[in-house]
Amino acid sequence: MATSFCFLIPLFWLISSAVKPSDQIFVFPQVWIPHPAEWNNFAIALTSLPFGQFALNTLAIAVLVTVGNVFSSAFVAYGFARFRFPGRNVLFIVMLATLMVPGQILLVPQFIMYYKLGWINTFAPLIVPAFFGSAFYVFLIRQFFMNIPPELKDAAYIDGAGEWTIFSRIYLPLSKSALTAVAIFSFQGAWNDFLGPLIYLNSQKLYTLQIGLTEFEGIFHSNWNYIMAASAVIMLPMIVIFFIGQRYFIQGILMSGTKG
Amino acid sequence: MGYLFISPWIIGFIVFVAGPLIASLIISMTNYNLLSSPQFIGLQNYAHMFGDSNFWLSLQVTFYYALLAVPIDLIVALVLAIMLNQNVRFMPLFRTIFYLPALLPPVAISMLWIWILNPAYGILNTFLKTIGLPQPQWFLTPQTTVPGYVIMSIWGLGTWMVIFLAGLQNVPAELYEAAVLDGSGVWAKFWHVTLPMISPVLFFNLVMGIVGAFSFFTQAFVIGQGTGTGAGVSNSGLFYSLYLYQKAFSELQMGYASALGWALFLIVMLLSLLVFRSSALWVYYGGESS
Repeated sequence: MATSFCFLIPLFWLISSAVKPSDQIFVFPQVWIPHPAEWNNFAIALTSLPFGQFALNTLAIAVLVTVGNVFSSAFVAYGFARFRFPGRNVLFIVMLATLMVPGQILLVPQFIMYYKLGWINTFAPLIVPAFFGSAFYVFLIRQFFMNIPPELKDAAYIDGAGEWTIFSRIYLPLSKSALTAVAIFSFQGAWNDFLGPLIYLNSQKLYTLQIGLTEFEGIFHSNWNYIMAASAVIMLPMIVIFFIGQRYFIQGILMSGTKG
Repeated sequence: MGYLFISPWIIGFIVFVAGPLIASLIISMTNYNLLSSPQFIGLQNYAHMFGDSNFWLSLQVTFYYALLAVPIDLIVALVLAIMLNQNVRFMPLFRTIFYLPALLPPVAISMLWIWILNPAYGILNTFLKTIGLPQPQWFLTPQTTVPGYVIMSIWGLGTWMVIFLAGLQNVPAELYEAAVLDGSGVWAKFWHVTLPMISPVLFFNLVMGIVGAFSFFTQAFVIGQGTGTGAGVSNSGLFYSLYLYQKAFSELQMGYASALGWALFLIVMLLSLLVFRSSALWVYYGGESS
């Protein structure tokens, strides 16, 4: 189908531009398959700024955020799914409502809070909130938990299991697909995050890949081949994750969108 | 016991959402630049907003973007979803192709699209030239800046499409069969069966789309920097969030930025409320007769 071909064109162009020798960028009509293909561009681009450090930073943040999100959201989801307590429904709706709050209004007060805590220019503001349950993920996991037959829990009770055991030994293992979906979305969100690192990270050694790329562009302003090369490499992990975890992405969206 | 399990969220909600919301309201009534203590000035920040031409400009830019991007993205996503729902071979492959761009880092995407929309050497203009259409200067002229962003957003509508596709696949086949028996043509089937049955999904996408359009930041910032203009030629790319960012972090006007934040919150809430209200007219939850 022609439309899908059109959709792929930007990516073709990305790679095509990335391997162009510098004298073939500003040429009209465009060169689609450069000869010679300068695969060296990738090396040049990625060594002119400490992209290795940026990658490590981004990876560290993404992993921690993912771990935090998966466990805290599952924990909270269990609370919403398995217990009845006064105000449960109200709190659940409040939680969902937070999804509609534009982040901009929280930007300033959160920044001031972190400033007073001395956490500016550290990774803390980017990682800590992930350990407190995130509305979207809690929702997703809770829907999943609701589908686990109560008989399992009752049987475990009779065997003398406490809540924590039921949660960790029964519910968690059964929810692998939902948890994986959360993990993948969470990792992707953290990898792609720009505003957070932008306002909280000031020293270059703490930069993430996204910030690094922006700085790179500022320096190599019209060297589109290098910029495309760097951009392509930064996109690559997302593409890989996508191909590996594709069905989790789709499943995750199904679990949320249609029940919305 | 339930409270114990949800306590992390409650704590998080208070510390990261409710607390900041209230604090933001208070800060919005001060002059505060982080370095000296806040000075209380009442509603002056809000009064100032009304006379601030950049405030109105940023609202205009953001509304313009939302007005174009949200309907276009939703319609195109729906059309694509419908096409994918036709039991074509290799459907998963096509779905992958359409969904992938939505997952890529916005910063990298922005770089790519600055280059694609380059007036002289970008491939979009080359294409337009080949088919004899005029070639706009995209991010380099005020009138075509927002349209440039809209085009970029079309590439990223994969998430909406997947959600629509899920909704479409949940439409019971019997309804279509009944419609065919009644002699309905393609358009009637769409209008009387498909649309009502996916209206909850459409509703969800619409609300999320509006919130997203008004929070638009990363691409605006990166492209603003990338074209060397900060916020577009004559501030034609001054999205609301970008303006707020400038006030807060370039000029350290925390009080005014907080006021801007509240104004945005109220606007988005108002729009969401409108959509919610109108939903009674057009959203159909299975179980009623239409």
